Amino acid sequence: MSPISRGFHRRHGEEAAAGRVPPGQYVTHDFPVLSAGPTPHTPLANWTFAIEGAREPKSWTWQEFQALPAETVTVDIHCVTRWSKLDTTWTGVSVDVLLGAVSYDTPYVLAFCDGGYTTNLPVDDLTGGKAWVAYNYDGGSLAPEHGGPARLLVPHLYFWKSAKWVRGLRLRDVDAPGFWEMYGYHMYGDPWREQRYAGD
Amino acid sequence: MEPLEDWVVDGNAIGGMLLEVFGTEMTAATGTCGNCGATGPVAELAVYRPDLGTVVRCRHCDNVLMVLVQMHGVTCVDTRGLASLS
Amino acid sequence: MAGTAVRGRLTWQTATVSSVVDETAKVRTLSLEVPDWAGHWAGQHLDVRLTADDGYRAERSYSIATAPGEPVGITVERLDDGEVSPYLTEDVRPGDQIEILGPIGGYFVWDPVDGGPLLLLAGGSGVVPLRAILRHRVREESPVPVRLLYSSRTWADVIYRTELEQRTQGVAVTYTLTRAQPAGWTSYGRRVDQQMLTEVAWLATQAPLAYVCGPTSFVESVAAGLVALGYPPDRVKTERFGATGS
Repeated sequence: MSPISRGFHRRHGEEAAAGRVPPGQYVTHDFPVLSAGPTPHTPLANWTFAIEGAREPKSWTWQEFQALPAETVTVDIHCVTRWSKLDTTWTGVSVDVLLGAVSYDTPYVLAFCDGGYTTNLPVDDLTGGKAWVAYNYDGGSLAPEHGGPARLLVPHLYFWKSAKWVRGLRLRDVDAPGFWEMYGYHMYGDPWREQRYAGD
Repeated sequence: MEPLEDWVVDGNAIGGMLLEVFGTEMTAATGTCGNCGATGPVAELAVYRPDLGTVVRCRHCDNVLMVLVQMHGVTCVDTRGLASLS
Repeated sequence: MAGTAVRGRLTWQTATVSSVVDETAKVRTLSLEVPDWAGHWAGQHLDVRLTADDGYRAERSYSIATAPGEPVGITVERLDDGEVSPYLTEDVRPGDQIEILGPIGGYFVWDPVDGGPLLLLAGGSGVVPLRAILRHRVREESPVPVRLLYSSRTWADVIYRTELEQRTQGVAVTYTLTRAQPAGWTSYGRRVDQQMLTEVAWLATQAPLAYVCGPTSFVESVAAGLVALGYPPDRVKTERFGATGS
């Protein structure tokens, strides 16, 4: 039994209105930036976003990507490490627009990123207005430490699925684990069912 | 190689975690990168600490050498990226 | 030394804070009573774990500030946005209990058998394990000569100032104050750079052993600077604290 450290408590920890945040979460006003690897700095002139594994390959340069229809959305984000940040505002291209540009019949996606990070998701969780490739945050360009120039944004799943420095989506027949999923995190990651680790 | 960001630490910082996982002091152990062959003390490896886990990388080629994740009270370690650890 | 670190208990144990000393406005040393302390090497650290009454736990690492044979002490710098350091530097009282794991570390350690001459380079609170090394050297009556280069923001931020100001035989201390210097200051007043290292460090031909400790950016720049002076990389030991002010 660990002794209780008299008077010690978590630094932040606001309770939110019931039902507003998933179980086990607390609300923060910070935006932690710690990453699993060095921050990539791909020049925009070299940046592309690609769809692989569809019937025909498709990619966009940065300029072509900026010309796609974009949306501004305000969403809550939930990190598996228990912090939630409410009412975050992002601008980006809906994944519906991106996948709408190709024809495919595979059910799964592996998102891939500069620096080698990957994460896996079902196509259904990236479509129907549930996901974006975002390049603006809080009214300004997405900073490199937050995943800029562009990151995946999938707010209904734990935030590790919102891959930073995303460069494309690889359509696949099988749901193969991405980076954190390989090391024990849940393959799906629904915060409302507290699917943090494999087997939860 | 870009200069490392300030919040990146080294193997000294995870000495306690490695002690718990391996049952012995590991910071002076020698690790060899499975990607580029670079060899050196664990204490000198680049350590990234997002809250999800600890990612230990080769300082020369950024290859992931070790990943430690704490789940349900247990620390799991994956050392697939190391060619050897002695 | 060949990595034969003191074999501490591999499990957490409860330590009692026996006394606290405020070193500077933001830095405090806590002396600990640890029932099963097996001893430690100079340069090692221990992990501290705090548990809140709702079960929330936080762990941090702190260098041991005292020499082998002295009561175990850790020196903690309060980080403004910290979660553990404000508790340890402001709230903790003698009699309080914290959990510790250690001693930890077999790389960033020094004993007189490792020889010298010694070059110690401290960035801010990076001076803590180096002070353990200095105290151990004195207690062991080692003749190894030492140069300490200590970078701090201001004179008020220098930790262990009184102790370092004592003229210790064979120890030369050089300060650099990077943010503000007192009136009449004659030593350095800037971040450590290649020129300063050239002026302060032992020559590579003297086969020195260097220990560099502090924020990551300090350690990266200083270690590279020593290698540029001809120090073999395996004679430059490094310990990076991450991003704290110095």
